[in-house]
Amino acid sequence: MTKADIVQAVYARLGGFSKKESADLVDLVFETMKETLGRGEKIKISGFGNFVLRDKRARQGRNPQTGSPITITERRVLNFKASQLLKHALNEGMEGQSGATSSSRATATGTAAGAHGAVAAGSGAANSGGHGPHG
Amino acid sequence: MTKSELIEAIAARGELTKARAEMVVNCVFDAMTEALQKGEGIEIRGFGSFTVRPYKPYDGRNPRTGNPVPVPAKRLPFFKVGKELKELVDSSRLHSPPPSSGETGNLSSASTGTDGEG
Repeated sequence: MTKADIVQAVYARLGGFSKKESADLVDLVFETMKETLGRGEKIKISGFGNFVLRDKRARQGRNPQTGSPITITERRVLNFKASQLLKHALNEGMEGQSGATSSSRATATGTAAGAHGAVAAGSGAANSGGHGPHG
Repeated sequence: MTKSELIEAIAARGELTKARAEMVVNCVFDAMTEALQKGEGIEIRGFGSFTVRPYKPYDGRNPRTGNPVPVPAKRLPFFKVGKELKELVDSSRLHSPPPSSGETGNLSSASTGTDGEG
């Protein structure tokens, strides 16, 4: 999937936006996220995951090609921590997994209930947990 | 920044109602979630890429009791930051406080404890 596919989803599913407007809006979403992270601020997208920043101290490392020791300078890095809901979404219907357990767990996570509804609706299983219209 | 703050920013900058902006933001993350569900990767130029890595079942341990527990096969999402965003993030170090000191307030102080090793 590329940004073009996301633009297509916005265009086709929402209606009322031209292709150009859809593209501009998707750009705006990622641009806004980039600017926020570029200010040193983390982003929390409930139901999807958190983009968190960490400051790393300088440390000794090795050039993997030559094996010679080098100093890795201090830096700020971006990590993505996937939400439990996203992890569950990736494992729904996998063998040995209990779908009921994952959905009851998802609705039990409070603020995430709304996002769960959105994700479930996308996969055609809206409100399977019975607590969908919560927030 | 939370999802609702992102929605407000999109509404303001995109000259949309908040309801409309919310639909856009939800649609973006829903589409991404669905792609990952299909096992498909996502590549956003200048931002980064998401991949799904399959894991075989293995025997783990309950870290508290040391008892062995079977871990079933699973798939986990991963994000690899893009070059442009990576450089942008690193340069923010020079003119903004460390992440643990909390720009947004709310939960950031709670994460300070886990930063020790970082």
